[in-house]
Amino acid sequence: MGNTDYNEAVMDHFRNPRNMGELKDADAEATVGNPSCGDVMRIMIKVSDDKIADIKFQTMGCAAAIATSSMATELAKGKSLDEAEKISNKDVSLALGELPPIKEHCSNLAADALRLAIANFRKNKK
Amino acid sequence: MRGLYLDNAATTRVDENVALSVNEVFLESYGNASSLHKVGRQARMKLEDARGKIANYLGCKSKEVIFTSGGTESNNLAIRGLAKANPLKKHIITSVIEHPCVLDAVRDLESEGYEVDYLEVDSKGLISLDDVEEKIRKDTLVVSIMHVNNEIGVVQDIEEIGRICRMRGVYFHTDNVQGFLKKKLDLGFVDLMSGSGHKVQAPKGIGILYVREGVVIEPIVTGGGQEGGLRSGTENVPGAVGLAAAIDVDFKLNKVLASRDLIIAGLLKIPGAKINGDMEHRVYNNISVSFYGIEGESLMMLLNEDGIYVSTGSACASSKLKESYVLKALKVDEMYIHGSLRLSLGADAIGEEDYIVEKIRESVLKLREMSPFKFSEENLKDVRDKKLEIRKEVLGNEEEQEDN
Repeated sequence: MGNTDYNEAVMDHFRNPRNMGELKDADAEATVGNPSCGDVMRIMIKVSDDKIADIKFQTMGCAAAIATSSMATELAKGKSLDEAEKISNKDVSLALGELPPIKEHCSNLAADALRLAIANFRKNKK
Repeated sequence: MRGLYLDNAATTRVDENVALSVNEVFLESYGNASSLHKVGRQARMKLEDARGKIANYLGCKSKEVIFTSGGTESNNLAIRGLAKANPLKKHIITSVIEHPCVLDAVRDLESEGYEVDYLEVDSKGLISLDDVEEKIRKDTLVVSIMHVNNEIGVVQDIEEIGRICRMRGVYFHTDNVQGFLKKKLDLGFVDLMSGSGHKVQAPKGIGILYVREGVVIEPIVTGGGQEGGLRSGTENVPGAVGLAAAIDVDFKLNKVLASRDLIIAGLLKIPGAKINGDMEHRVYNNISVSFYGIEGESLMMLLNEDGIYVSTGSACASSKLKESYVLKALKVDEMYIHGSLRLSLGADAIGEEDYIVEKIRESVLKLREMSPFKFSEENLKDVRDKKLEIRKEVLGNEEEQEDN
């Protein structure tokens, strides 16, 4: 499978990303990735009653990075913090069907960003 | 949906007349050029006619043209073949922006004990002639410098580099895969030159190595002793005939050049856009452009959806997940390297300039909106300076381009 042989689900999330943009009154956020490898994801969350009331992302990266960011926000939205925290990068790629193998590591970091954002939220609360 | 193929430095569509001439060989002149019967003789005649036509174009003797399987083999044969034939010379000079097939051949020799100088380039992608002169030693085997760079289209001063090598008694090889038939090259001081068919609307799987008479190389592929013993393997007569036929292809150089300059002027109006590589010494159809804060593969994918076919120097799009070493050598900022596109234009671009610019603009702005990196004023200023500089070039060369 070549680098850009993406399935329809990946292409759909790439073309029409869900929950993309800046969350103005976010309670917490986190950025993962590294500009020098070209993939950087920022996840912002708004929390009420220990649930993810709203979530948005901004990503610089390839089509896979954008699609996984979009899918991760879809999976997390409305979930309790405890549930959302359990979402793994693998869950995100499974939800999308499959990613080209080469993309699994560098472009599938949105769940890490989400987990970090939740950790930041809990830290801020203390 | 219409498609615009703007990736002619990757490969090209075979020209109709070239295809017809190749097809004739497939169906009629199908013999083995080494066979002694009539069918073989007919194929031999086709092969030698093709060689003669290429030699005539290059202004050299027929026996100085060796057919190979393509640019990669030609470059390997030139470098490894010279090394095998001249075992006492253990030093090689090349540049950091060569094609991987040159760099890998040289690195192989390095691991066998050769010493190699990799010449740096300036921020415009040009090699310094003084550097070439300075690095030549008594035991230098060969200087290998490409004519036209595949990513940024920058053209090196091959004639002058060759002159230096000739004066110092060192062999000079040039990888001319991206310039062959498109950018005239005087072979006066060139000892070996590689060319390829599929970059010039001939088929894939055919290339040439020009070897000046008197320059001794050893083969790297042995067997039946074809091509004067320098390249064994049944002669690729259809390929050779196709390559020779490509000499007559009209590449519409002037129209494509005008298209290129229109597109560049349009792209530079997009905030955070910059052109990589020198504008003056540049092949007629190359645009290497970078956009701040976005990633090239996703840009390429969006354009693909619009039927615009280009390539990118971004790490995400490479099978090795490494960003372009050519753009790195030009010290392009990494936030720009990731957002780089290469357009290598052909006839498809003519008359479509506005559409191409508009689609790229839309896609860049869409990805910018998604990106966490906002385009800052500081960056903008840097880019604006560059834009003015390049626009001057595009709009008629009235003023000299400033050096940076």
